[in-house]
Amino acid sequence: MKKKIKAVAATGNLSTGFREDTLVRAVEGADFLGCDAGSTDSGPYYLGSGRARGPRAATKRNLRLMLREALKAGIPMIVGSAGHAGGRPHLAWTVEIVRELATENGWHFTLASIDSEVEREVVLEAFRRGEISPLRPAPQLTEQTIRTAERFVAMMGIEPIQAALRKGAQVIIAGRCSDVAIYAALPVLEGIPACVAFHAGKILECGAASAEQRQYPDCMVAELEQGGFKVEPPNPAFRCTPQSVAAHALYETADPYHLVESGGALDTTQAEYSRVNDRAVWVTGSRFIPAAKHTVRMEGATLAGYRSVVVAGIRDPLVLRQLDPFLATLRTVVEQKIADSLGLAPDAYTLQFRIYGRDGVMGAFEPAPRVEGHEVGLVIDVVADTQELAADILPLVWHTGLHHPVAEHQGLISNFAFPFSPPGMNAGPVYRFCVNHVWELKDPCEPFRTKIEAI
Amino acid sequence: MPELWEFTKLVRSKNAGPFELTFDIMFKDREGFDKVVNSGTISEEAIARLYKVERAQMRYFLIPELLTVKVSIPRGAFSGDVKDTDVYGGQFHGPLLRLPIE
Repeated sequence: MKKKIKAVAATGNLSTGFREDTLVRAVEGADFLGCDAGSTDSGPYYLGSGRARGPRAATKRNLRLMLREALKAGIPMIVGSAGHAGGRPHLAWTVEIVRELATENGWHFTLASIDSEVEREVVLEAFRRGEISPLRPAPQLTEQTIRTAERFVAMMGIEPIQAALRKGAQVIIAGRCSDVAIYAALPVLEGIPACVAFHAGKILECGAASAEQRQYPDCMVAELEQGGFKVEPPNPAFRCTPQSVAAHALYETADPYHLVESGGALDTTQAEYSRVNDRAVWVTGSRFIPAAKHTVRMEGATLAGYRSVVVAGIRDPLVLRQLDPFLATLRTVVEQKIADSLGLAPDAYTLQFRIYGRDGVMGAFEPAPRVEGHEVGLVIDVVADTQELAADILPLVWHTGLHHPVAEHQGLISNFAFPFSPPGMNAGPVYRFCVNHVWELKDPCEPFRTKIEAI
Repeated sequence: MPELWEFTKLVRSKNAGPFELTFDIMFKDREGFDKVVNSGTISEEAIARLYKVERAQMRYFLIPELLTVKVSIPRGAFSGDVKDTDVYGGQFHGPLLRLPIE
């Protein structure tokens, strides 16, 4: 058992990067290098479509430097939530970059890739056995929604990563993975208490974000011991304060004191953050409450349709002062046209008028849904079952709207300023998150398949 | 009358996962934190009313050691869904900033 574990987070998200000199400095004397590559933050598109969120060149640059430093130091490198959504195609995309880099640089290592995509049939069986239960709030999950979903992933905890480390993996590319588990897996394996390891993981997973003023994305370092951990930015231009580290616990979490992980929950109610020096903070006092049963969070995305959009500016004050009735009568007219020409009832597609300058940003949450400026940006948004249908519906809407009458103008008017020709764009498939559930497991490694190979 | 932003160093909204939004209201100093909290302007009731959310669905945290008020609410539409307006949830805090503080 090691007395201290030095953990390095390369950055908060693999695609955003870090400074090369910071990474070199950070890795000195480190026990492992980690990086989170994913999130649900950019919406369901990546999980649903199977596309990775690049850019590929930036991801490759960052992986090249991380691999170089980790291999030179002889320490494990752990990447979680590969390719952003952490599904099978996202994992393959990332592993391909790693292979390319190994070939280009003549590197050799033991690679573990951990697949966290879960087959529909497996989800269905678990659902029927009652092992899948909703979190709040959650979309309703039925056998039908499971059958029609595009892709499911399970979010791994520390155990599959630890299993790969035990098998001698030097480079671990994990599919969907708890951000915290990337950083907690090795320390817990080395005998660091879970409360220290998980809390340090929570601070590390956003890279330099726990520094006081993060001017740009960069690395972060934590030194974990039995009684707590020290967090210190390796970039001399950054500093951590007790306030900045404690405040980071708020970011993107609904509850700042309780972090639910696969094998238990981190409770930071009693955590203490104290100043080590101008740039470093000592953290202690959190608790880890092991769960009675192992659960993993499930994520899934389903196809909701295909989108076509048009941006239309309105500057006419006579139109703007009656925008609601204008759009209401326009909707009635176009619904009829769509029914006549395409044979589609209004419930066969979704037509939205997104009104920037009124409530385009906040929708139903907007407390002041009024037009107060001299112009409005109208986004006409059509979602239909196929791209062809959406593309057919859209011009019926915008062309009708362009000349839709208002009483104050006698004669043909053109209400919309289109910045583009053609005015409309096809925006491709639209997905929706269809699961916010946990899956109860006997073995926390069960849904994950690890492939170990010599590169 | 002074407005909320004059007392804060950071007011933000953000996704807390694809199904919830969370608001962090962080104050410059103890005096401002106390004044605003005591005014009731950003009380649990006031925020529930402003965002038309049931109080039972809301999580509300007063964190005096960080001079912070944190509120989490369910999203109207899930992130990136057909009717969502803000995939990252980063622009729902706007109406808070100019709340008058008595």
